Amino acid sequence: MDIFLQQIINGLVQGSIYALVALGYTMVYGIMGLINFAHGEVVMIGTLVTITVAGTLLKAGMPVALAGMAGLMAAVLVCMALGWALERVAYRPLRHAPRLTPLITAIGMSIVLQNLAMMLWGRNYMTFPSLLPKVDFELAGANFTAIQIIIVLVSAATMGGLLLLVYRTKLGMAMRATAQNPAVASLMGVNINRVIAAAFVIGSALGALAGVMVGTYYEIAHYQMGFMLGLKAFTAAVLGGIGNLAGAMLGGVLLGLIEALGAGYIGDLTGGFLGSHYQDIFAFVVLIVVLMFKPSGLFGEKTGDRA
Amino acid sequence: MQAKLSAIAFSVAAAFALAGCGQKEEPKAAAPAVPAGKPEVVVKLGHVAPMTGPQAHLGKDNENGAVLAVEELNAKGMEIGGAKVKFELINEDDAADPKQGAIVAQKLVDAKVNGVIGHLNSGTTIPASKLYSDAGVPQISGSATNPKYTQQGFKTAFRVMANDVQQGKILGEFAVKQGVKTVAIVDDRTAYGQGLADEFRKAAEASGLKVVATEYTNDKATDFKAILTKIKSTKAELVFYGGMDAQGGPMAKQMKELGIKAKFLGGDGVCTPEFMKLGGEATEGNFCSLPGMPLEKLAKGPAFKDKFTKKFNTEIQLYAPYVYDAVMVMADSMKRADSVDPAKFLPEVGKTNYDGVTAQIQFDELGDLKGGAISIYQYKGGKLEYVETLGGTPIETAKAEVKEAVVEVKDAAKAVAGAATAVGKEVAAEAKDAAKAATEAGKDAVKAGAEAVKNAADATKAAVEKK
Repeated sequence: MDIFLQQIINGLVQGSIYALVALGYTMVYGIMGLINFAHGEVVMIGTLVTITVAGTLLKAGMPVALAGMAGLMAAVLVCMALGWALERVAYRPLRHAPRLTPLITAIGMSIVLQNLAMMLWGRNYMTFPSLLPKVDFELAGANFTAIQIIIVLVSAATMGGLLLLVYRTKLGMAMRATAQNPAVASLMGVNINRVIAAAFVIGSALGALAGVMVGTYYEIAHYQMGFMLGLKAFTAAVLGGIGNLAGAMLGGVLLGLIEALGAGYIGDLTGGFLGSHYQDIFAFVVLIVVLMFKPSGLFGEKTGDRA
Repeated sequence: MQAKLSAIAFSVAAAFALAGCGQKEEPKAAAPAVPAGKPEVVVKLGHVAPMTGPQAHLGKDNENGAVLAVEELNAKGMEIGGAKVKFELINEDDAADPKQGAIVAQKLVDAKVNGVIGHLNSGTTIPASKLYSDAGVPQISGSATNPKYTQQGFKTAFRVMANDVQQGKILGEFAVKQGVKTVAIVDDRTAYGQGLADEFRKAAEASGLKVVATEYTNDKATDFKAILTKIKSTKAELVFYGGMDAQGGPMAKQMKELGIKAKFLGGDGVCTPEFMKLGGEATEGNFCSLPGMPLEKLAKGPAFKDKFTKKFNTEIQLYAPYVYDAVMVMADSMKRADSVDPAKFLPEVGKTNYDGVTAQIQFDELGDLKGGAISIYQYKGGKLEYVETLGGTPIETAKAEVKEAVVEVKDAAKAVAGAATAVGKEVAAEAKDAAKAATEAGKDAVKAGAEAVKNAADATKAAVEKK
């Protein structure tokens, strides 16, 4: 039982990380129907900026809490600027191009950002400075740390905040209007350029936050760390229904849990026929089954066939 | 216009074809005129390692080793077949991906390289070796340790380090020595990780250990909590990881976070400074193994280390000295064959007897290093501390002993000199006594040193005779 509980905790934390990253994907997709594949790289840059800033400040003798906050701030600012620049440079000129074009551009931007990060930070793995005191808890034989609790809380709070933003503010209303029909929204006086830019900036800020969380949790960073993370988060967003904020959260947590339980129990369930290297199969079988019965994901809205 | 274009294209192609032919048959004539008067031949050496992806840091390390070797060869200025030879390194990136490995291998074959150094990973080396074998291009890997690489019957495949049969066996025996009874094995499903883990399992089971869990991950993962939790439930006393440092470090750390008390043991992939950086204090006190002997113990080791750090301003990660040796062995074989033509110097590679940085390099009939040694290291205070060397030829061990004895003698002499200097400053009467004592001490030290030399020499002699 303690093992089961431990696996649930593992999955919950991993899933919350996926969810945090998935929120960035889903936000941009919800408004302009674009899958921003460079989002994983924004997360990566958030982590690396934090390492540089917090690491330098720590060396200069600043207290850990202050250095950590400064690192987080710097990461959020850099990523917001990056998100804005990405939209302005790579996606805005292609807004009226066929849908495949911005998608390919997004993949291209992802590669550009990876290589840029490789040139700036080098190929080596970097250790993330310990920003949080290591506090271990034990509950019924399962171990967990303070950072794990923080990750779950932060991603839940972020989702709540985003829901408030989208459904309770004027900017949120403009976002929803743009999502429904950009042309009509602009006729109603919505500056859709600003709304879309805002979506990118906010999504990237979340990416930075996710980056800092990932860094603090695993204490390791690398210029390619965003790729797999982005792919998994994208899967989570699709599972939950891409474009839906609560769906991203649910999809993320679900994916994390499926992975953890899959890796933990697949061997026992198949009598040792399949080992833990098949853990991804579990996740993707669930994804396929969900998409077969609900093509728009768990929480996704039904979209009409536009063609 | 069309006709004209194709005519130009044809003539260009023809010119290339002719140039290509010329180079193949008459290397001297094809080279452009050199002001020194001597003809110059460019020898193209392909070097492949992951320059992108999670193992890019190790790839760069390998490349540095190759660059250092090529620069030295060029600075020395070699003459082969009466022509001055200039070595040129063609670096390719296989991203540690077997598919990419085969693509770049074909690219190198098409570029008509004279030889190939690499690849880094067993997973890329094995599929690539088929292409090199078909094209007759000699290949020396400085780091691919999977036994399969040289067991495919290819005459072109060589490696300058011990393979995983030797390493897995020694690690398995070492695990028993650590006093554990149950082990969990994790591997990253690459040719290297899986191969090493399998060999470890064989040795561990043969020595009476019980394998209580077998788990898998991949070479891009960062989260291992799910499989580690499962291992925790089996109460294994030791976790063996067949894989690289980028996963091993975080794995060790996550073991600690989950409250797993088991020891951690790994092969050369995790025997790096990077591993300790990533694993932090969770690595402290654990062991790992490396093929070969530590650089400090080898005659040419410290000099190589100095050269390397001076040139690249970075630590040696892992395989750089082996890659350096691989290049040197290739050049040495060309020299002995007096030809840079792969068909001509390939037989010489097998006959190599080269005094390299990492070992006295000789190949067996498969292309494996003869009598490769394996050394065990311990992670201690953020450093890799040498524990012992197992296996290997007696000659190598004896050589290291001689070297140690020489150092002892030198230290003794230094002590004598130091004592004498100190004494000189003292009052004359006291100085006399002290000098006497110092000389006496010095004499003893020298005697001990000389004895050590003698013992070592005997050992060498015995070893040679044994052979």
